[in-house]
Amino acid sequence: MKVITDVVCPFCGSLCDDLTVKVEDNVITDIQRACILGHNKIAGVCLHERIESPMIRKDGELVEVTYEEAIEKAADILANSKRTLSYGWASTSCEAVSKAIQLAEETGSLIDSTANVCHGPTVLAVHEKGSPAASLGQVKNRADLVVFWGCNPVHAHPRHMSRYSTYARGFFTKKGRKARNIAVVDVRETDTSKLADKYVQVDPGCDYMLLNAIRSVINENEDVIPAQVAGIPKEEIIELATMLKEARFSCIFYGMGTTQSRSKYKNGDAVSSLLYDLNQYSKSVMIPMRGHYNVTGFGQVANWETGYPNAIDFNRRLAYYNPGETGASDVLLRGEVDSAIIAAADPGAHFAQEAVRCLAKVPMIQIDPYHNATTELADVVIPAAVVGVETEGTAYRMDSIPLRMKKLIDTTFKSDEEIVTDLIEKVREIKGGA
Amino acid sequence: MKLEANLITGRTAYQGSYLEYKTSPRYFEECAYCELNPEDLSQLGVSEGECLKVSNEHGEVIVRAKMNSGNPRGLAFIPMGPWANAIVDPDTRGCGMPGFKGVPSQIEKSDKEPLDLKSLMRTYCQ
Repeated sequence: MKVITDVVCPFCGSLCDDLTVKVEDNVITDIQRACILGHNKIAGVCLHERIESPMIRKDGELVEVTYEEAIEKAADILANSKRTLSYGWASTSCEAVSKAIQLAEETGSLIDSTANVCHGPTVLAVHEKGSPAASLGQVKNRADLVVFWGCNPVHAHPRHMSRYSTYARGFFTKKGRKARNIAVVDVRETDTSKLADKYVQVDPGCDYMLLNAIRSVINENEDVIPAQVAGIPKEEIIELATMLKEARFSCIFYGMGTTQSRSKYKNGDAVSSLLYDLNQYSKSVMIPMRGHYNVTGFGQVANWETGYPNAIDFNRRLAYYNPGETGASDVLLRGEVDSAIIAAADPGAHFAQEAVRCLAKVPMIQIDPYHNATTELADVVIPAAVVGVETEGTAYRMDSIPLRMKKLIDTTFKSDEEIVTDLIEKVREIKGGA
Repeated sequence: MKLEANLITGRTAYQGSYLEYKTSPRYFEECAYCELNPEDLSQLGVSEGECLKVSNEHGEVIVRAKMNSGNPRGLAFIPMGPWANAIVDPDTRGCGMPGFKGVPSQIEKSDKEPLDLKSLMRTYCQ
């Protein structure tokens, strides 16, 4: 039996790096310290049905083919398309992302990550105002006030609160939960709001108004606030603002409640403005609650390779970026896409119906370990190894800290990186021969 | 009887734990439901587990009813996934992000059953 310690969990952006996994005869037999999300993902590698063989759709049905046939067919689609959408690349390694960007450049594709339907607006907010950030270690060691705004870590990042925020004991926060106040802003009571010292139930879509009302209090202009803003009585707004102003070190963790509701990127912009005001009085930082474990890594790799974090269009043979125009959903809705390559994500399940309908119309290549909603629409399916379990690689935590993921068991499946490398080679061969 | 509701979608730990096992019936169970305040449910005359039709200008979907007293009146929650996304707002309004939260919708009792994942995805291929 092999006991592997300090395993990095390949599920969410918390990227917990303290798991212990036991392996017997190349089968995972025990996983310690993982949450329900991480446990099911790691255990599932040996338990859940996998895509066992490469497949190509023939007469409406996916038929098993050899790896070489699948690569040839996929490369043929890519080489003969004018506007390929390359999407996903968030549940995979930075090394695979780097190759995916190379493939996109070679094929003049548009490449976007799952940030498109997640923290894409946060990226825009950062462009507008910047993001006074910190590492999760700083939050653990220093924060005496943690605000969860439009996020529900009990469900989406289950160990976040014990490792980095609510309960974590650090150098200046030795008493853990007793050393800090927790505030939650959400549109409904959640399992996270139940643990808060202060819960503020904002009217749906009114976060921007509330953020600016808090700014007014911080800036000593509370006389301009009406009796109620965004469904919150003035006294409560003053209470929350005072908590923020009096904290020695506060962190606002923000989630889809800000990026997906009305005002979208303007919410992140307002959080950033709030921090500008707060930092005149105390120390305050903001960290987005990133979903896929390496969606942050996609942004990092894309930034250093192309200068842009997502929604990068190589159609003009140079990197062009304008998320409202080159975002995956936008380009699909405009009906421009004539083929797609999807990896390490499931837009079939997670795009809006109109975008899925557009995706269903075009030849699509899928690279994934598991059968999912996208598989139902795919024309070429290439099974992949699970990064962080069957193959190693680098991932970035939600606070942009890189961690090296381990290989726990052997596999015959190829990694995303190997598959994309083979695709690049084949595309070059086809184009060179043309 | 129709209920005018504001639809939001999002993660649950249970939906998330079947993300890499979407062919499982458990994924279907953890995604194909709509949470409403108990008073909204009784106004519709629907008990937990019965079926609801949630519709708006973007489409309609059949899901099971679930009670959540944490939801304020008029707020409907469907876990992120194919069932929720059948009726979210695809328009990104120029910033890349579709409207996954805050979609005005109508909710009523239904005699139909929710479609499973494969059947739902097949509707996109027609």
